[in-house]
Amino acid sequence: MKSTFRHETIRIYDLVTGYRSHKTVTKVSDKFGATLRSGELTCLLGPNGAGKSTLLRTLSGFQPPISGEISIAGKSLGEYPDTELSKVIGVVLTERMSLNNMTVRELVELGRSPYTGFWGRLSDKDKDMAERGIALVGIEDLRDRVVCTLSDGERQKVMIAKALAQETPVIFLDEPTAFLDYPSKVEIMQLLHRLAHEEDKTVFMSTHDLELALQIADKLWLMDKILGVKIGTPEDLSLNGDMGRYFQREGVEFDSQNGIFRIRSFADRNVCLIGEGRAYNMLRKALLRNRIEVCDDTAGCDIVIEILGESDYLVNGTPVDTIEKVLEKVV
Amino acid sequence: MKFVIVSVLIVLLFLLNLFFGSVDIPARQVLDILLGAEGNGAAGFIVTGSRLPMAVTALLAGGGLAVSGLMLQTAFRNPLAGPSVLGINSGASLGVALVMLLLGGTISAGSYTLGGYAAVMVGAFVGSILIMGVLLFLSTVLKNTLMLLITGIMIGYLTSSVIMLLNFMSTAEGVQSYVMWGMSSFNGVSLQQLPLFSAVTIAGLAVALSLMKPLNLLLLGDGYAQNLGVNLRRVRNMLLLATGILTAVITAYCGPVAFIGLSVPHIARLIFRTDNHRILMPGTLMTGSAIALGCNLLCVLPANSVIPLNAVTPLIGAPVVIWVLFKHRSR
Repeated sequence: MKSTFRHETIRIYDLVTGYRSHKTVTKVSDKFGATLRSGELTCLLGPNGAGKSTLLRTLSGFQPPISGEISIAGKSLGEYPDTELSKVIGVVLTERMSLNNMTVRELVELGRSPYTGFWGRLSDKDKDMAERGIALVGIEDLRDRVVCTLSDGERQKVMIAKALAQETPVIFLDEPTAFLDYPSKVEIMQLLHRLAHEEDKTVFMSTHDLELALQIADKLWLMDKILGVKIGTPEDLSLNGDMGRYFQREGVEFDSQNGIFRIRSFADRNVCLIGEGRAYNMLRKALLRNRIEVCDDTAGCDIVIEILGESDYLVNGTPVDTIEKVLEKVV
Repeated sequence: MKFVIVSVLIVLLFLLNLFFGSVDIPARQVLDILLGAEGNGAAGFIVTGSRLPMAVTALLAGGGLAVSGLMLQTAFRNPLAGPSVLGINSGASLGVALVMLLLGGTISAGSYTLGGYAAVMVGAFVGSILIMGVLLFLSTVLKNTLMLLITGIMIGYLTSSVIMLLNFMSTAEGVQSYVMWGMSSFNGVSLQQLPLFSAVTIAGLAVALSLMKPLNLLLLGDGYAQNLGVNLRRVRNMLLLATGILTAVITAYCGPVAFIGLSVPHIARLIFRTDNHRILMPGTLMTGSAIALGCNLLCVLPANSVIPLNAVTPLIGAPVVIWVLFKHRSR
């Protein structure tokens, strides 16, 4: 493992993003300042319409900021010529592409374009770097597959390998975990975290996967139309209540004790639950889902459930062996 | 290896085009004429004055149209893009119609002056570029394959209604030369005009071949292409220029040749099994030449008459379009 030397790669001063057309200026996000550091995975969180994509597009140089300044590696974004910028920032986007005959290796090799000449011929070094990108992401066995036959998760990995072949210190990803199944989401996030730490990359991604971001990201940027931008570690944002402020909704509450979100349930009944351990927690969860709160006071409840073991319950004295059957008796 | 096979095929078809035609000339005599042993006489005139320029025109026009089709398919990210389908031919036709029918008396079929040809070429060029511009603008709004195709077809109807009106108002000579032109053939380029036609076509092909690297990146979508250092505006303008030049010069001299631009790139993809333009573009160029030579051979085979080119090309083109639709039906 490389020794990680975390340093500031991107600094944003008083940035306002948005769209400019003819005479009207549509602001998408309000003035804020921030920094991104190498060796860290930073997740950009916020509801749809908060301006995540616009911010990513602005940082990638696809559209100019309304006002403010973005400096990358000490140089203003606007001062980079196209070909230089492509050696500093690599992107992974949500664009669907229509590639019928392109193999994974060919696609990853396209990541070398900023380094190849007029005809795009690959040198030995280019081939090595593409190979390294493939190896870092762990898709050696997909190398000769045709891109259009890959699953969504596999395709994301290929695009990440492309960004690695591009050898940029900074990688921006626009919702790389969208449309993936849960294990693939975790895999992609952990891969990005590993790349940030082991390759000292500055990895910045937008996502809707709150829970995963809370667990895996080094830093979070919370974005909201009204509340603006808040930045910090997931833990600090949990402690100071920002997580709750940004994402609390009807039916969802932030458990600041554990730093996770819970579905809030509205209990309208009580039962008495006596026991402990895994079976207790599971049964309590099942009851809450059915709008039943548990208490340990036998006095006020007309139903008493005793837990004797993981497949051994007593409902008002009647023995039952699964939680399903407990629920049948209680609900 | 595949390139060698296609090259051999081209040479073979080229020679067949010289040896066979609507007039029977013994092979021995053709060989003598080609070797310079017998330069004069009717046979000599037919071989060097008619068959040779026709074969060279087919070679260049087929390649040029096919390469235009390939560039349009990549630029529009649409497998059914092509000069004839998208209405670019119609635009060129309108330009030509304006020149031919309004100046009907002065530029009549068979006796084109160089100045007259220049006027026809400028008309075709302006018409095709105009339609290309409209389509490129619309393609940023209409992402859907079907919508764009319907737009192209509508443009075709619009131009043909204007052309009909022009026909109605024009002189008999004008109408006749326009109708002849509309049937398309590769015999419109005389030996004297061949250098000009070849030079312009080769210039267009050169611009096209210089775009191989950015075209590969455009396959990934605009965002990725831009991130990898492609100047989208510049490349789009170059594409417009190359397709405009090729379509215009070929349409001006050979008429609105149908289906070659649309179908040949698909045939080339089938042969070369790649999306990489560094292989696909030369491959498409050569396949286009081979198919145009083949079509021309079919046109001149019947004794003492020449079938219009546009009666032959759809025989190859239409099945390919249906096959493409069939292949893409699941997406």
